[in-house]
Amino acid sequence: MGQTMAEALLANASGTDHVSPGDHVVCEVDLTMTQDIHTPGVVHLLEEMGVSELHDASSLVVVLDHVGPSHTVNNADEKVGIRAFVRDHPDAHFYDVGTGISHEVLPEKGHVRPGELIVGTDSHTVSHGAFGAASTGIGDTDMAYALATGQAWFRVPETIEFVVAGSFGDRVSAKDLLLHIAGEFGTDVARYKAIEFRGPTVEALPIDDRITLTNMSIELGAKFGFTPVDDVVTDYVEARTDEPFEVFHAEDATYSESHRIDVSDLEPQVALPHDVGNVHPISDVDPVEVDQVFLGSCTNGKFEDLAAAAAILDGHEVAPMTRFIVTPASREIYGRAERAGIIRTFTDAGATVTNSTCGACPGLGMGVIGEGERCLAAQNRNFRGRMGHNDSEIYLASPETAAATAITGRVTDPREV
Amino acid sequence: MAFEGAAHTFGDDVNTDYITPSDYFGQSYEEIATHLFEPIDPGFFERFEPGDVVVAGENFGSGSSRETAPKTLKVAGVSAVVAESFARLFYRNGIAIGLPVVTCPGVTAIVSGGDEVSLDLERRTFTNETTDETRDTEPMPAEIRSIFDAGGLLAHYEQHPDGLVLD
Repeated sequence: MGQTMAEALLANASGTDHVSPGDHVVCEVDLTMTQDIHTPGVVHLLEEMGVSELHDASSLVVVLDHVGPSHTVNNADEKVGIRAFVRDHPDAHFYDVGTGISHEVLPEKGHVRPGELIVGTDSHTVSHGAFGAASTGIGDTDMAYALATGQAWFRVPETIEFVVAGSFGDRVSAKDLLLHIAGEFGTDVARYKAIEFRGPTVEALPIDDRITLTNMSIELGAKFGFTPVDDVVTDYVEARTDEPFEVFHAEDATYSESHRIDVSDLEPQVALPHDVGNVHPISDVDPVEVDQVFLGSCTNGKFEDLAAAAAILDGHEVAPMTRFIVTPASREIYGRAERAGIIRTFTDAGATVTNSTCGACPGLGMGVIGEGERCLAAQNRNFRGRMGHNDSEIYLASPETAAATAITGRVTDPREV
Repeated sequence: MAFEGAAHTFGDDVNTDYITPSDYFGQSYEEIATHLFEPIDPGFFERFEPGDVVVAGENFGSGSSRETAPKTLKVAGVSAVVAESFARLFYRNGIAIGLPVVTCPGVTAIVSGGDEVSLDLERRTFTNETTDETRDTEPMPAEIRSIFDAGGLLAHYEQHPDGLVLD
């Protein structure tokens, strides 16, 4: 009997041959991740449970990514507590401020492998579906439980597939595809479900662009998001870890919904405030002025994202009265971008390049916007007040559209600069 | 388990940033509670009385994995959240901390803000006491009901320290 990626991976993690959508299973977790926002709460819950020794500290990765470097005493004190916890559990892996955003750091450091079950205290943990892992976000209590016992429960989700064909036009990319899906199918199309992005267009994408799709699966409500596990994935993983892994594929699977999309005529897409599903092709969007442009986050702070934006920005200057904030998703990406001349392109144009952090995206670091301000952001969410003042606006778009908008100071089609 | 209180109504797609804005991260749940729903309903906390019920549309609690959202509702004294549907992370976190998260198709059609409502988890009914209209609620999956009945995952762990047992 056929199985989807979610079914194959949850069956494996729960030690059974076969599971079906709607089944509830108890799984052994392969990898756990906590970031700075949630580690203090998890530590507190472990104390409440009377757990001083973790089930398997070596499977825990702690990444300080949301706020860094600290800008309040309260936040600095929280990190003091996190570092004390890490010292108490020397087998745990720890990446301090500046290493990068957890969803980028984990695969870079070789912690993510196909076939694994991964849970993290961040909703964008779904990103690792690009590596063939069943990977999803959980809350503090579920995490404390997983650290104490090595276990988590799951309801086996139905899976929907998006089969994508056609070639992206000039300066149109994976972000535009995902926003198009959010606009066309709604932000709860995959609620309680898994998504498999398939087809020749997805297979042709580099890993960075595949992560953009899996990363924003949560914006479609999904528990897991997957892209194909092929040589692109296994070559990446084998270059980062010597640990063995098992590759699972969907075979003769039954999908609860199947949607076919051709991207050949897809325009750059923009999500207007304050809803990720409020998406319009850029030719229908007013060229409103923006106070800030942000290129970064776990969605679009990757090397390919920076390279695409820099190619457009090269030789131009950021518009007066517009701030362009660029945040590479990891120190490794920052270094690659520096060696490739990309960082220089940004700074020469007048952009502000920051250390690697979640930063502006959740309104927790450099790049908070004030009353009445408008930001076009290559990130994942545009909820009211997310980046700062409740009376501010966030437009979501691709790295290409961000670069074009930074040049003109108003929402701009990247094909027109 | 049964609850009765005033209803506070919300529409579709109420995300975690709207329930507990990130500006107040790092503060106590009691302090964050005074800012519940601030971006979309700034007067909520002043109108709210412990025991009241939050009634919402589709996809309640979308967005972040942050348990702060259901936890703060619980600490503030919200007796239950009744919605047309829930985002999975919020629903899961509700189970984990023992906050009643009840799916009730059609609930928004029979409730206005301020109505007195009651909820009976055993009979699986939601009633608007002001208008005397009733809707059936969806059952919580039996497999995870034992976690909720124990009072959440931590209490469940005390009873079953050797591991998770689903019914």
